[in-house]
Amino acid sequence: MDFILNFWVELGAWFGGLLSSWGLPPWAVDLIADFLGVLILVVCGVMAVLIFTPMERKVIARMQDRPGPNRVWPYGLLQAIADAIKMLTKEDIIPTNADRALHMLAPLIVAIPALLLFAVLPWGPGLIGANLNVGILFIVAVGTIHVLAVLVAGWGSNNKFSLLSAFRVVNQLLAYEIPMVLCILTVVLFTGTMKTQGIVEAQTVPYFIVMPVAALIFLISALAEANRSPVDLLEADSEIVAGYMVEYSGMKFAMFFIAEYVNMFATGIIFATLFLGGWKFFGLEDVAPVLTPVIVFLKATFVIFLMLWFRATYPRMRFDHLVGFAWKFLVPLALVNLFLGAAVVKITANVWGQAVLMLVGNIVLAAAALFIVNRAARKLKDAPALKRIVAVER
Amino acid sequence: MEFTMTHVVFLILSAVALIGAVGVVTARKLFHAALFLVLSFIGVAGFYILLEVEFLAMVQLLVYVGAISILIIFAIMLSRRMMAPDVEARNEQWLLGLGAAGVLLAILVFVLLNVQWPVTESQLPPETISYLGMALLSPDLFLLVFEVASVLLLVALVGAVIIAREK
Repeated sequence: MDFILNFWVELGAWFGGLLSSWGLPPWAVDLIADFLGVLILVVCGVMAVLIFTPMERKVIARMQDRPGPNRVWPYGLLQAIADAIKMLTKEDIIPTNADRALHMLAPLIVAIPALLLFAVLPWGPGLIGANLNVGILFIVAVGTIHVLAVLVAGWGSNNKFSLLSAFRVVNQLLAYEIPMVLCILTVVLFTGTMKTQGIVEAQTVPYFIVMPVAALIFLISALAEANRSPVDLLEADSEIVAGYMVEYSGMKFAMFFIAEYVNMFATGIIFATLFLGGWKFFGLEDVAPVLTPVIVFLKATFVIFLMLWFRATYPRMRFDHLVGFAWKFLVPLALVNLFLGAAVVKITANVWGQAVLMLVGNIVLAAAALFIVNRAARKLKDAPALKRIVAVER
Repeated sequence: MEFTMTHVVFLILSAVALIGAVGVVTARKLFHAALFLVLSFIGVAGFYILLEVEFLAMVQLLVYVGAISILIIFAIMLSRRMMAPDVEARNEQWLLGLGAAGVLLAILVFVLLNVQWPVTESQLPPETISYLGMALLSPDLFLLVFEVASVLLLVALVGAVIIAREK
């Protein structure tokens, strides 16, 4: 029975033992085990694309009251594989006068951060690529490479729309990074550690209950970071066709596509780690540690479902609204929330006391924020039309 | 001296950082030069990891790769004619630049050759971040420097807002 309970730890130990029994030196055993671990993590990340693309198309289709893909057996669930074959057989086009080297480089750069993220995502107690001291900071730091990839793709395509999309990077990716980091900081204040494992272990109450404001800001920012509708200004099909991806075809486009979904999956796991208690689920993780990766996966799927729900529900945001929303609303709110968190941690060291205080503070904060925004909106609504336009443009 | 894995990693990282640095000054297009600079920064981040200061490595990535190089790339993109491939990479100040770089090199070599670097056998504590935080905020150590730097950044921020603001 113990074997089933601690399946993953036993599996690792058994595999290491097997390698040693073949007479390999310890460093070779470590090397092979590490290499296999990396391979499994990366392949899991990429394979998730095969699950989440059909899921996205089916879920969005249901919300829009249409069947969605239903030709590829069964229920169109193999659509992703059909798409992959289509991508592979497409012609590879490099635009004339484009910067050839950079054009080829961008799809590679975009895949690196998406896959690197999986190094620090916790799948269970001890089930993690590398339990870095600075795990959560690693996630933020690696995420910035994504910005670079977009810039390189935008510049390397020799296309006006691509370049415009590259300029939008600052407005979207950089602006939304700030509230995101502030929310992560609030969580780190409570856990006292930046290890992703430690953050899960420190959550006796899932933090989305303790600090709903931080969770919501993080979700919105993560949506913008993953470049998902309604905040997909880098792609913006209706304005700049597909932005930095417009000149990419075949496998190179597929790399961007895969990176986007891997990013989404990683975002789901990060949100689950920070706010939903990671691999914890009402004590189930103690009863059956073998299930922890399943719990993490289901929580991540739930977060991705939320993101799809957002996409199906809200209209796309206008350019200036998007920037204004980040700088004038999310950043101040996240800052106040951070101060609140610091004060609460200073007032009491008791976990439950902290949770209750933070929850009450968050509710007051949310009410105040909504009141202020509501009043500003009403003022805007009552103003004459011309004045309203001027006010919005400022 | 024994040749270990650390040396191999150090050599690879040095190669990355140096190729990046050489690329910055030799690349024909400014955009390529900026990207080589990123490569060099990433090599330096690798050195920090080799020295077991993960926090500094992440900050190096975050600040230099994520912010400063992006800023440089945008400055290049927004400058007139800078993106054109036929822009001369050198200008009339190249001699001065060469002189300054030569002086810096001389100073660095002099320091490297003449300073006895203290070496200790003791291990790093597992959580260096908390020590760093304590040091930055303790009045005996770096609190004043830390606060002055914060005020400086705040002044820069306010200044940027004032310059960018419409009359």
